Amino acid sequence: MSTRLTTGGRLLNKAKQVTFSFNGKQFTGFEGDTLASALLANDQMMMGRSFKYHRPRGVVASGAEEPNALVNMGQGGKFEPNQRATTTELFDGLTCTSQNHWPSLEFDVGVVNNYVARALPAGFYYKTFMAPAAAWKHVFEPIVRHSAGLGKAPKDRDADRYEHFYAFFDVVVVGGGVAGLMAAKAAGQAGAKVLLMEQTAHWGGRAPVDGGKVDGVKVDDFIDATVAELEAMDNVTLRNRMMGAGVYDHGYILGYERLTDHAPLLDGPRHRLWRIRAKQIVTATGAIERPLSFAGNDIPGVMLASAMRDYIVNYGTSSGDRVVVVANNDDAYRTAFTLKIHGLEVPVILDARPNGGGALADAAREQGFRVENGKGIAKVKGGKRVTGVAICAQAGEGAVLEEIACDAVAMSGGWSPVVHLWSHCGGKLIWDEAQAHFRPDPDRAPTSHDGNAFVVTAGSASGPLKLGDVLVDGQKAGEVAAEAAGFAVTSAEAPKGEVHDEAPLVPCWMMPQGAGPKLRMKAWLDYQNDVKVSDVKLAAQEGYESVEHTKRYTTLGMATDQGKLSNINGLAVLSDALNQPIPATGTTTFRPPYTPISMGAIAGEARDEVFQPLRRTTIHDWHEANGAFFEPVGHWRRPYCFPRGRESHADAVKREINQTRESVGLLDASTLGKIIVKGPNAGKFLNMMYTNMMSTLKVGKCRYGLMCNENGFLMDDGVVARIDEDTFLCHTTTGGAERIHGWMEDWLQCEWWDWQVYTANVTEQYAQIAVVGPNARKVIEKLGGEMDVSKEGLAFMEWKDGKIGDFDARAYRISFSGELSYEIAVPASQGRAFWDALLEAGAEFNIMPYGTEALHVMRAEKGFIMIGDETDGTVIPQDLNMQWAISKKKEDFLGKRAQMRDHMASEDRWKLAGFETEDGSVIPDGAYIVDHGTNANGQRNTQGRVTSTYYSPTLDRGIAMGLIHGGMKRLGDVVEFNKVDGSTVKAKVVDPVFYDKDGEKQNV
Amino acid sequence: MSKAVSALDGVAFEGFAKVEETGLRGMITVRGDLASKEMAAAVKTATGAAVPALRKVTSGDKASVAWMSPDELLVVVDYDQAEATVSQMNEALKGSHALVANVSDARAVFRVSGDGSRDVLAKLAPVDFAQEAFGADDIRRSRIAQVPAAVWGNDDGSFEVICFRSVAQYVFDVLKVSVQSGGEVGFH
Repeated sequence: MSTRLTTGGRLLNKAKQVTFSFNGKQFTGFEGDTLASALLANDQMMMGRSFKYHRPRGVVASGAEEPNALVNMGQGGKFEPNQRATTTELFDGLTCTSQNHWPSLEFDVGVVNNYVARALPAGFYYKTFMAPAAAWKHVFEPIVRHSAGLGKAPKDRDADRYEHFYAFFDVVVVGGGVAGLMAAKAAGQAGAKVLLMEQTAHWGGRAPVDGGKVDGVKVDDFIDATVAELEAMDNVTLRNRMMGAGVYDHGYILGYERLTDHAPLLDGPRHRLWRIRAKQIVTATGAIERPLSFAGNDIPGVMLASAMRDYIVNYGTSSGDRVVVVANNDDAYRTAFTLKIHGLEVPVILDARPNGGGALADAAREQGFRVENGKGIAKVKGGKRVTGVAICAQAGEGAVLEEIACDAVAMSGGWSPVVHLWSHCGGKLIWDEAQAHFRPDPDRAPTSHDGNAFVVTAGSASGPLKLGDVLVDGQKAGEVAAEAAGFAVTSAEAPKGEVHDEAPLVPCWMMPQGAGPKLRMKAWLDYQNDVKVSDVKLAAQEGYESVEHTKRYTTLGMATDQGKLSNINGLAVLSDALNQPIPATGTTTFRPPYTPISMGAIAGEARDEVFQPLRRTTIHDWHEANGAFFEPVGHWRRPYCFPRGRESHADAVKREINQTRESVGLLDASTLGKIIVKGPNAGKFLNMMYTNMMSTLKVGKCRYGLMCNENGFLMDDGVVARIDEDTFLCHTTTGGAERIHGWMEDWLQCEWWDWQVYTANVTEQYAQIAVVGPNARKVIEKLGGEMDVSKEGLAFMEWKDGKIGDFDARAYRISFSGELSYEIAVPASQGRAFWDALLEAGAEFNIMPYGTEALHVMRAEKGFIMIGDETDGTVIPQDLNMQWAISKKKEDFLGKRAQMRDHMASEDRWKLAGFETEDGSVIPDGAYIVDHGTNANGQRNTQGRVTSTYYSPTLDRGIAMGLIHGGMKRLGDVVEFNKVDGSTVKAKVVDPVFYDKDGEKQNV
Repeated sequence: MSKAVSALDGVAFEGFAKVEETGLRGMITVRGDLASKEMAAAVKTATGAAVPALRKVTSGDKASVAWMSPDELLVVVDYDQAEATVSQMNEALKGSHALVANVSDARAVFRVSGDGSRDVLAKLAPVDFAQEAFGADDIRRSRIAQVPAAVWGNDDGSFEVICFRSVAQYVFDVLKVSVQSGGEVGFH
């Protein structure tokens, strides 16, 4: 059994007991425990079930690489699935449940998959669920979804808050082990501004567990002293509980800081995502021990040798009373020594190397350990817990030589440097034959904009695994980084680490070497995704040669742990099956993040009311207070209508239109874009931007203009006012303000850089209010002021500056409704007061605001087009019968040449016309005009479509505009629009101007 | 003029640092040849300051001037001086190609003050706010979370953030989130 020891536990505060629950059971642990160590201390070795076969699984590792011990953490708004027990610090009141089991962890129905495993080989999804197509949705998918998957999806709103943080450093060191500490110190001493981040709560990495001396003092003391030195340096920042999540172009690196995961009651953000720019990055990310591939290597109780050692030394927790050690290297002997020191039994050390180990092996024999060279595990016995191992010759096919009872197995297949961060941005790897691992190739580092390397590795992450080498490499990495960041470095001698001679490891990718199909089917590579040696062999047999294809076919390395344990073993097995050396197979791509980061950290502050910016006009508050029903227009919210009491939206729109047509209405038009274009070449420039001739516009006058892109398609429209000889003010659509400003600047900066034109976007400088209707003039005149707004004083399509009441106003006599209309701009800070003044002055005329829907209906009654309704990016002005707005005198304008292309000039284009249904009904939005026959796909032919369709209160019937083959030549034809219910509605082709064709009403 | 109100009417919030809307401020966009004698003279006359260098702010007896782009400046004056300053600059720049526009009403201004000010801003803007990288005469045109903004330092160690008026509430809200107690970073 696994239990708490009386010895060990350097990270525990045994004075402080904490209580937690797992699957509803109450347990106790100590402050300083991880969830995994506390569960082990309570003899809860089994922590979950596997993804595909629902096999019982226990903890394998002690850190970020853990594939099995994932839990559903917390409840309600604090719930989060797939949390690694090995990196979860224990706190009082922690609640969690195991994953992927039903109905319980102990008894799971899905384990039946385990017994039919033969039917679920690699690629079984692709092989099984091919046909019939309908079966996927109704049969296969529901079953697969129910039985697969790990954690549950959270159902409640996340109760925590998160944030981002931008920071800039000369050197960022990832990893606070001894190499990282040395690198940070070296770079710091050179004067660089340094950040050292460490994913756990402790400095020193695994050196304190592995032991040894540095310059004659215990490595623990050396670590404490170095941390103290770093803390005293002003130019060095130390952050623990912060993981280097990803390295990106140009020295961009993400640091994932976990602030309150270990203490959820603390005030403040749960996670902070550091978005860092570094001149140089040092990855001191250490190495990860590899499992060995023998049958039953996934049975709870089989663990990495280093992890078993960690649990004893760091957390005073044993993983079993009788532990068989199996390895292909010397390092695992340290686990045997640690077990013995803490009073646990090691019945045998199986050394897969034919000639066994070096000095450590000799020491083991001297201490009385039974050491068997050239031996391995044929299979592990047990179900929910290891009960013993069957021993075989590593060189053979698995004939059992002896069975040994034990309750845990410590395995070690050698160590692989953590190359993830090095590789994220293109760092290349080389295969190190001696240590049988891929390590960073220092000659092919990730390069920045200048072609120079911006990542350097330190310590075990570079390849060296011995303390002395690690210290030297760490120091060197810090110096290299500081120098590359522009600091003068005086090379110092690294502290000397105690070194033991170790015999080289012998690669061991399958145990035993000649394991047959039966054993291979029980030898796990990827624990989390249930991929076995047999699956990779099968993939190779079926023709999967590329490691990337094999990964996807077998799902090797595709789980939440991204193959931290399985990657190298998997590709070694693949290489063997393909009969090629490992470097020829290569690795899969390492992508950020290193371990999963929370969705909350990615979103940062962007949630609730600040999820997205909302743009508000100066009159927005009034709209809100007066019951406006809003619609989004860009990031603005514009009132769609202002329903009163229980009034329907349709009724409100009708009321607003009738009031405006009969008396006077107000529109908040502040959102329309306003761009000043100024300079000696402004007229020439606008002649290019608009299809119309703008240079001839007289000062004091307005002109409606169309803007096309270089492909001839309509992109915006609006009224241009000439302010003075050199200055124009261009109105754009609400959604077009920033886009059109950018468009103008693009042409000015990139194409016509020698033209003397400046632009300024002054959209928000003004509140603009349209006063519309037969009584509009009376309302404005009531406000007083010096501005003459009479028919003669301010004629249609003119503008004027002056005082209206006390307000500094610019009034434009323009109309989008067909009524007498003034659009009046005042400084935005006076906008609300001006609105209030208009409401007061208009009270006797029953003045009321109208929304965007009334605006749309009124413009449609007048046959005015709307960008985004009549246009969709494929419509040219000629399609809308707007030849009148296209200057024929101009040599050029944007879109001119495109509009001369055959297809653009074709008579066959669908063109604008008006439509009236015979029964007076409203044509549905998006309806097509059907035609005879069907097309090649058996679909009904079409000859046009509706673009704007409304109920017109003014005419008391449905009106519409649309594009139809033949356009206005079809006047009088009766056509059919399709409807959602499958029927059609008949409509007559008419003039699109339904109201006041001669424009008398706006010109009074 | 008495009816003129700023976007949020001087709203304030105090967490581990303080955030407040400062009220109306005169702001003038000036585009032109920043290296010309005419521009130097116009800026000097209107503000008493020299044309600022890249990402810098200069101050004169009447106003401050901020660098905005290779051909754009921002003149910051008292709100009620804006129109007069526009006229003065237009007069001084007569004959040269330039654009001077009053944008005072298009903006909102916030002050962030207190020990953690630099950390507050570093949560929202991808700018190096370290003491040595960003001083009292510095300005950055950047963003605050999802919207465009500019930030400059004041002599008293506080910072001012300008944004478009329509997103004043959003900017205030994200600043509020960022100064919430418990969110101290302790970095700058």
